[in-house]
Amino acid sequence: MKEQEVTLDLVLEHGLTEEEYKLICSILGRQPNFTELGVFSVMWSEHCSYKNSRFWLKKFPTTGPRIMVKAGDENAGIIDIGSGLAISFKIESHNHPSAVEPFQGAATGIGGIIRDIFTMGARPIALMDSLRFGKLSTPNVRRLLDGVVRGISHYGNCIGIPTVGGEIYFDPTYEGNPLVNVFCLGIMRHEDMALGRASGVGNSVYYVGAATGRDGIHGATFASEELNEKSEERRPSVQVGDPFMEKLLLEACLELLQTDAVVGIQDMGAAGLTCSTCETASRGGAGIEIELAKVPQREKGMIPYEILLSESQERMLVIVKKGREEEVEAIFNKWDLHAANIGHVTDDGMMRVLFNGQKVVEIPAKQLAEDAPIYQREFKEPAYYKKCKSEDLSAIAQPSSYGDILKKLLGDPTIADKRWVYEQYDHMVITNTVVAPGVSDAAVLRLKECEKLLAMKTDCNGRYCYLDPYIGGMIAVAEAARNVVCCGAKPLAITDCLNFGNPMKEEIFWQFKNCVEGIAEACRQFETPVTGGNVSFYNENPRGAVDPTPVIGIVGLIDSQDHVTTASFKKPGDVVILLGPIESGIGGSEYLAIAHGKKTGALPEFDIELEKRVQSVCLKLIRDGKIKSAHDISEGGLAVALAESCILGGVDSTALGASVDLPATSQRLDGVLFGERQSRILISVDPSDVMYVDDFAKNNNVPVYKLGTVENERLQISCSGKILIDERIADIAKVFRSELESCMS
Amino acid sequence: MEFVANIVVTLKPSVLDPQGNTVKEALHSMGYNSVEDVRMGKFMELTISADSEQKALDLAHDVCNRLLVNPVIETYTLSLKAQTGGAV
Amino acid sequence: MLRFGVVVFPGSNCDHDCFYAIKQFVSKDVEFIWHKSREIHEFDCIVIPGGFSYGDYLRTGAIARFSPVIGQIREFAESGKLVIGICNGFQILLECGLLPGAMLRNTSLRFICKYIYLKTVNSDTPFTSSMEQGRVIRIPIAHGEGNYYIDPDGLAELKRNNQIVFQYCDANGNISDNTNPNGSVENIAGICNKAGNVLGMMPHPERCCDPRLGSSDGLAVFQSILKSLTVSQ
Repeated sequence: MKEQEVTLDLVLEHGLTEEEYKLICSILGRQPNFTELGVFSVMWSEHCSYKNSRFWLKKFPTTGPRIMVKAGDENAGIIDIGSGLAISFKIESHNHPSAVEPFQGAATGIGGIIRDIFTMGARPIALMDSLRFGKLSTPNVRRLLDGVVRGISHYGNCIGIPTVGGEIYFDPTYEGNPLVNVFCLGIMRHEDMALGRASGVGNSVYYVGAATGRDGIHGATFASEELNEKSEERRPSVQVGDPFMEKLLLEACLELLQTDAVVGIQDMGAAGLTCSTCETASRGGAGIEIELAKVPQREKGMIPYEILLSESQERMLVIVKKGREEEVEAIFNKWDLHAANIGHVTDDGMMRVLFNGQKVVEIPAKQLAEDAPIYQREFKEPAYYKKCKSEDLSAIAQPSSYGDILKKLLGDPTIADKRWVYEQYDHMVITNTVVAPGVSDAAVLRLKECEKLLAMKTDCNGRYCYLDPYIGGMIAVAEAARNVVCCGAKPLAITDCLNFGNPMKEEIFWQFKNCVEGIAEACRQFETPVTGGNVSFYNENPRGAVDPTPVIGIVGLIDSQDHVTTASFKKPGDVVILLGPIESGIGGSEYLAIAHGKKTGALPEFDIELEKRVQSVCLKLIRDGKIKSAHDISEGGLAVALAESCILGGVDSTALGASVDLPATSQRLDGVLFGERQSRILISVDPSDVMYVDDFAKNNNVPVYKLGTVENERLQISCSGKILIDERIADIAKVFRSELESCMS
Repeated sequence: MEFVANIVVTLKPSVLDPQGNTVKEALHSMGYNSVEDVRMGKFMELTISADSEQKALDLAHDVCNRLLVNPVIETYTLSLKAQTGGAV
Repeated sequence: MLRFGVVVFPGSNCDHDCFYAIKQFVSKDVEFIWHKSREIHEFDCIVIPGGFSYGDYLRTGAIARFSPVIGQIREFAESGKLVIGICNGFQILLECGLLPGAMLRNTSLRFICKYIYLKTVNSDTPFTSSMEQGRVIRIPIAHGEGNYYIDPDGLAELKRNNQIVFQYCDANGNISDNTNPNGSVENIAGICNKAGNVLGMMPHPERCCDPRLGSSDGLAVFQSILKSLTVSQ
């Protein structure tokens, strides 16, 4: 690469507008040179600056009694969980890199999110992945799924952090633009908290980890544009991950943070060295000066522009107290890592970069890091919204066989068992996994440091968000919360990964704004602040934008091992009970999509007050030891939830059956069986506790239905005596267990 | 002098190669039935500084036997040539 | 008290799990041994844990065998003391020649993490002495290269010396191709050396010591070690 003259064309090519360029000139009091233009273009990209979304993100509640570091202040938020312990967790997208190179794209996504967590001083103990693909019948989708799963498996297994959960949806909307959102959670003692700030004039700036190459230059800007046929040609933008290097960095940094020699620490993620230097300086209210010739380089002849903008993986910036350098270098040497002292902290607030002694960049760090323009984008309600909402579904025919529909839904890859995926992930290392993938609504981890346990889950139904972004956004939070409640946990806080199309399109921005408002409202209601996250725009393929998909990662706290509850029925004779309303419309359901090929309709009624009551009743009953199994009713409705609790049931998951009789109804039967109304939990209880549970729910104004009993071999569902479904568990279990694997082999 | 050693490590013929088999089957399903067998391996390129070609060759064999190749399951071929025109 | 040492290579990632399981359920006296260490003679049993030493780049376990501690472990083993290698530890023991054979990629070419059943086919070792012959245990595996290979002569030798310790089986102890998760020769999951004081096994006993995690069958391996060390002292 060669230095180029800065012209307006070059500015536009860098994704900056003319107005932004004028602002840059006024900040500098002169025109930027080529290197400085590159630096501004990445820092002011949507990916780094959130310039199009920040105005709306401010709607999120971010404070609460447990919040120790709040969203946006650092790489990740920190939440107090008592006993002198705290957790840090975050979700991030790696959609575009995964679309062009699924293995490395997903792998480096994992690497990035892990660095975000250990940078805070926390030891990462869990990963989850929220994935979205097109239909598996397409060979390219199978290639993408295979590559993404291998990438996650490669990186997560090697570094030794268990992948304990997540979810996968398959829908044509994601074809050509898969979503790969990765979540990491770490634990620390309060006193081990580390911050990403540079302060103390004269303190040393260390570069640690892999050498810098030309990989990933302009990754941040790449993430901020639409995918098209040319994206394939942009392959050089995709970085290669080295989990072994990251394992060494992880161990070395955590060891380093046990000394008090470190002032600040930050990973080099998007926009690499540029972002880490100006952000640490800005947060610390200081300046920073570095010499690029001292930066370890993997390739020859790199110019300052390339060194500063490289997104080579597995690199960290560490600010070390003056005089403590030897101690720090000894720890890195122990772990066979090369640490280079590349500069020092200054007091003039400038990010100053030298190359062989020549000044190549001099920009006020704070303005570069924090003063990107904030835009209030225009938005407009799309035409489809009212049309779908008012769509008359009464003409949709009832299926001829409810049993066939049940099997079809159980074999639908979105609903079917994901064993083929999670068995490729080491989900047990670190020996905390109490509830492993595939057996419950959320993962549960014990903590070796205290008696409490953590439940965690990622969730979002993009179809709901498409049909009604505000309600869909609320549901994403409500369902995530319900999932951890079903495990016996009190929801603590969330992280969000907002995947949308091109924000310059007014209809897309309308989806974004409404989803954000829905999530914000739900978070206020559940008292689960947002601790951080990520916005991913420009998720489009040649046919248009993906469904709005604001993925919610939630973490809940379980007080005692005795409260841990799973989704599976436990014993024949136990009574099957529904907490929440029994009737449901079919709008927006997986049933409507799978059996009738329709993505439309009004979502079933959603009342957040009822949702809160259902969740609190369920949690209280779990804590009182009255509930033997609890399963959230979601995609596929009541019938699928019943089938799943049967299939997963019994000792060693040998499966149990159930016989239930639904009360007479004036509503559509397919809605009662397969509709996806929220605020519903399927529980099983000991016969002696039925009265108690019934009274408790009614006293708390929660609808409660005694549906039937747990049996042995069959799932029988009738409605006021008339049999609707009667299937052998062995048959439906086979469909549920084998469908994904047979698609992939 | 600088020499470049090209080393190809493959599984011994007697050892099952599931990767090679998978690729072979994929090729067959694409219609390339005349591909009778596929064996996968690793390619390594070592740049060696040595006084003579013989010394470079000896060193290359030595590192193959000590580290690069596991004689229980693997075998290797080695070719060496002098680096011309200096470093690039 | 009996002293356990858990070796840490760059890239080991089950080191803490082994340490925790031993400390919690087996012996309070357990320490990490850094791979550059040359001081291991005061331990009674050395555990080489799972993980991806040196990223498993080149071959699993191949680079770890050049660490200083390996020479010490060799002497330790030759003196008759107990060495157990789990997963990557087993792979390292194969690479450094303390155990015969080699590891290939799983026949599925995919990493596999799940609970399997394991049959104890030799209860006459220090690692299985508290288990009855033929006992079936439920235990997790987590590996991409656990496909144990040995040539026919080597296999005959293993059998002649009764070195096969564990084989993959079903819940009832039946050993067949259907119960072979990775393609290992004769469903072999664990072997010992001729003297019987060095064991390598792919499944992870340290992951199933605490009943909260789904099984405590792995404890039997550590209890056997404890029992035989106590007897020999």
